[in-house]
Amino acid sequence: MLDFPLWKKIMLWGITLAAALMALPSLFNAGGAEWPDALPEPTVNLGLDLAGGSHLLLEGDISSVAAQRLENMEEAVRQAMRNAEPRIRIGDVSTANDRLSFMLNEASEIDRARGILEPLMQGPDLVREWDLEVVDGQRMVLIPTQSGIDNALNSAMESAVEVVRIRIDKLGTREPTILRQGDTRIVVQVPGLDDPQALKELLGETAQLEFKLVDQNALPSNVQAGIAPPGSQIFPYAAGTDFEGQSVAVRRLGGIRGDRLTGATAGNDPQTNENVVNIQFDVQGGTRFCTLTRENVNKPFAIILDEEVLSAPNINEPICGGSAQISGNFNADSAAKLSIQLGSGALPLPLTVVEERTVSAELGADSIQRGLLAMLIGSIAVVVLMIATYGRFGVYATIALVFNVLMLLGIMAFANSTLTLPGIAGFVLTIGAAVDANVLINERIREERKRGRRVIAAVENGYKEASRAIYDANITNFISACLLGYFGSGPIRGFAVVLIIGLFTSVFTALPLTRMWVSGWLRKTRPNDINV
Amino acid sequence: MKLLKLVPADTNIKFLKLRVPFFVVSMLLIVASWAAVFTQGLNYGVDFAGGQEVQLTFEGLDQAPVADLRDKVAGLGYGTPVVQEFGAPNIVSIRVPLPEEVEATPGAATEIGNEVIALIEAEYSDVRTDGNNTVSGKVAEEFRSAAVLALAIAMLGVAMYIWIRFEWQFGVGALFALFHDVSITLGIFAVFQLEFSLQIIAAILAIIGYSLNDTIVVFDRIRENLKKFRKMPLPELLDLSINETLARTVMTSLTLLVALLPLLMFGPASLFGLVLAITVGLFVGTYSSVYLAAPILIWLGVTSDSFVPQETEADIQERKAREGGQAKPATPIE
Repeated sequence: MLDFPLWKKIMLWGITLAAALMALPSLFNAGGAEWPDALPEPTVNLGLDLAGGSHLLLEGDISSVAAQRLENMEEAVRQAMRNAEPRIRIGDVSTANDRLSFMLNEASEIDRARGILEPLMQGPDLVREWDLEVVDGQRMVLIPTQSGIDNALNSAMESAVEVVRIRIDKLGTREPTILRQGDTRIVVQVPGLDDPQALKELLGETAQLEFKLVDQNALPSNVQAGIAPPGSQIFPYAAGTDFEGQSVAVRRLGGIRGDRLTGATAGNDPQTNENVVNIQFDVQGGTRFCTLTRENVNKPFAIILDEEVLSAPNINEPICGGSAQISGNFNADSAAKLSIQLGSGALPLPLTVVEERTVSAELGADSIQRGLLAMLIGSIAVVVLMIATYGRFGVYATIALVFNVLMLLGIMAFANSTLTLPGIAGFVLTIGAAVDANVLINERIREERKRGRRVIAAVENGYKEASRAIYDANITNFISACLLGYFGSGPIRGFAVVLIIGLFTSVFTALPLTRMWVSGWLRKTRPNDINV
Repeated sequence: MKLLKLVPADTNIKFLKLRVPFFVVSMLLIVASWAAVFTQGLNYGVDFAGGQEVQLTFEGLDQAPVADLRDKVAGLGYGTPVVQEFGAPNIVSIRVPLPEEVEATPGAATEIGNEVIALIEAEYSDVRTDGNNTVSGKVAEEFRSAAVLALAIAMLGVAMYIWIRFEWQFGVGALFALFHDVSITLGIFAVFQLEFSLQIIAAILAIIGYSLNDTIVVFDRIRENLKKFRKMPLPELLDLSINETLARTVMTSLTLLVALLPLLMFGPASLFGLVLAITVGLFVGTYSSVYLAAPILIWLGVTSDSFVPQETEADIQERKAREGGQAKPATPIE
C-alpha cells in the first residue's frame, strides 16, 4: 500500500493535470476573461438550448426521386431509339407502377433494342441500376433495381445537403451546422437564429425551374378540366400571376431543366420596371436553350417553377446569349429569394420540416446562470457532508472531486463536445455520484478498523474490497449511458456524453488518485490510529 | 475532530422480517402504476405527442394566466390547446395539435406558433418567448418507439451483465428491482400528469444506472458473506449484508440528494422534469435494492454453493484419507 513507485506518481499527475489544463480556456470564457490567442484553445461548445438558436430536421421526399429518375430514363430511351441507325420505332410508353414499359413496333428489333438499352441500365462501377424484362416478345419493361434506387437517393441527398448549405450561407447566418442524418434526413442547426421562418421558406422550396413548350393543340376546355392530351401534362399558373386560376398544357418531354445555371440575380426590367430574375446558363445549358428557342420561334413556351407556371411567353427570336430573364409578378423580396434559390441550384428532392426547435438566447443565458448556481450550491453541500463524515479522507475526496470536474470539462473541451442543458444536469449528477466510490472505500476502512485491523492493512483492504463493487457499478452505469447516447438526439446525447466521460474521470480520481494521496500521507506520518 | 456518523455502527435492523408485506405492497404499487399509465395515460409533451409548442415567460406576473390562455388559444380554432406550467408558475408551455395539411407545408407550423405568440402579446405585456417547437407526427412516433426500445435494452443489458458477474438469481433480482423503479416513476408521472418528454426518458435511463449502484453494492456484500459464512441461514445473511452496507447506502443517497436539490429548486425551469424524475428514482431505487432485489434471492434459492467451487472426486478422496476414512460435511471456512 505504501509502496507507490515514482513512475506511477508521474503518470497519475500527468494525466490529471493534462486533462484539467484543457478545461482552462472554457473556464476563462465562462468567466468573461480573454484567453491568450497564442495558446491552443480547446473549448466546450454550447448546445442550442444554452446558446439559443434554431434546430431544423428536414426530410427528403423519396418518391419524387424515383419519379424523376423514371422520367429521365424515358427521355434517354426515346432519344437512344430515335438516334439508332436505322431508327427503332416504339409506342405505348408508360411509367405506371414505378417501371418504364414500351412496345416495339417491330418484334424483330428486339435484339437491337436490347443492345441499345444495355449501356443505359448500368450505373457507375458496373452496378446494375435497371433490370429488363421482355413480355410477349415485343414489350420491354425496365424495372429499377434496389441498388439503382439507393444510388439515386444517396446522390440526391448528398447534393441536397450541398444546396442547403449554399442557401443558408447566402442568408449570412453564423456558423450553421448542416449534417446528413440517416438515409433521408438533414439536420440544420443555426446558433443565434431566433426566427427560422425565412430560413424555412428558403429551404422549403426545391426551386425546380423548367422550360417546356406549350401544347397548342390541347383544347382549352379540356385543359381547364384537367384533361391532358397524350404526351402532355397540365400545370396551373402560380398564385399572384396574371392568369392565376388558369392552367397550361405543356409537352411532357423535350424541355430544359434549369439545373444548369451558373448564376441568378434579382433585378428590374428596364422597360417595364418589373421585378425580374436574370439567369445565366452554363455552356451546355446555354446551347440547349439556344437550340430549343431556335427550333420553336413564334411558339409559346412555359416557364415553370416547382410545377407552377410563372409565365408562358412567345419565343420571338432565338435566345443564344446564354442568359435569360424570368418575370412572374415578383416583388423585390420574392425576386431576391428566387435568385438565391436558383443560384444555389435546385434541390433534387423536396424537403419538409419534420422537427423544429427554437430557443431564445435569453432563455439559454438564463439556463446557464441558474445551472451554474445550482451546481455550486450542490457541490458545496456534498463537500461539507463528505468532510464532516470522513474528516481527512473527506478532504481527499473533495480534492478528487475538484479534479474530477476539471478533467471532465477538459476532456469535453479536447473532444470538442457540446454542453447542453441536460448536460448540466449530467454534471450535477456526476458530482453527486462520484463521491460514492470514496464513500464505499471509507466505509470499508471504518469496518476494517472496527474488526481490529492495523491502519495500513485496513486502508489497503478498504481500497481492495471496495473497488470490485465500484467497477461493477460503473460498468452497468456505462451500459445504460451508452444506450442513452445511442438513442437520444441533440440535448439528450449531451447528457449521455457528460455521464460517460464523468464515469471515467470519477473512477480515475476516486481510486488511483486518492490512493496515491492517502499512501503518501500514511508513509510520511505512520499514524497508529486514523479518524475515519 | 468528532466525525459525523449518520448511521450508528453495528446496526442490526431486521429488514427481511417484513419482506412479504413489503413485497406485496410493491407489487400492488407496480400494478397501480401501470393501471394509472393505461387509464389516465401519460401527459406527453411535444416530443411524443407531436404538434406545435410555444414556451412563454410572463416576466411581469407571479402566476401565468393559464385558464385565460387556454380559452384564448382555443379561440384560434386549431383544436384544444394544452396549456401548462413549465417548471415555474410564471412559465407556460402551450401546445396545439397540427392540422394534417400543415405538416406538409413548410413554415405553416411555425406560423401557427407565431399566431399564438402574437395573440398573447397583444393581451399581456412583458411576455418573453423562450421557444417555438414543431414536432411532426412521424418524428413523435419514432421518438416513442425508440424510447420503449432504449428502456427495454438498457434493463436487459444491465441484468445480463449482473448475471455474468454474479449468478442468474442476482440478474433476475436486479431486473425486477429495475422494473419496479421504472414502473413507479411512470406511475407517478401518470398520476400527477407531469409532462412526459424525451428528458424524462433520459432521467429514467439514468435512474436505471444509479439504482443499480445500490443493488450491486448490496449484492457484492452478499456474495462476500456467502463465501464467508457458509452455514448462516440466508435471510439472516441478507440482513447482515444490508446492515453492513447501510451506512454507505444512506451516505451515497444523501450526497446525490444534496447535489440534486439545488438544481430542483434554483435550476433552469426546463430541467425541472428531468431532475424531479431522477430524485424520485433515487428514493424508489434505494428502496428496491433493499426490499426487492435482496429478498428475491431467497425465493430463487441462492446458496453459498453458488460461489464456492464444488468438491471434486479427488478432493473428497483426500479429505477422507485425512479424516481417517470418515466423510464429514464440509466445515465453514472462517
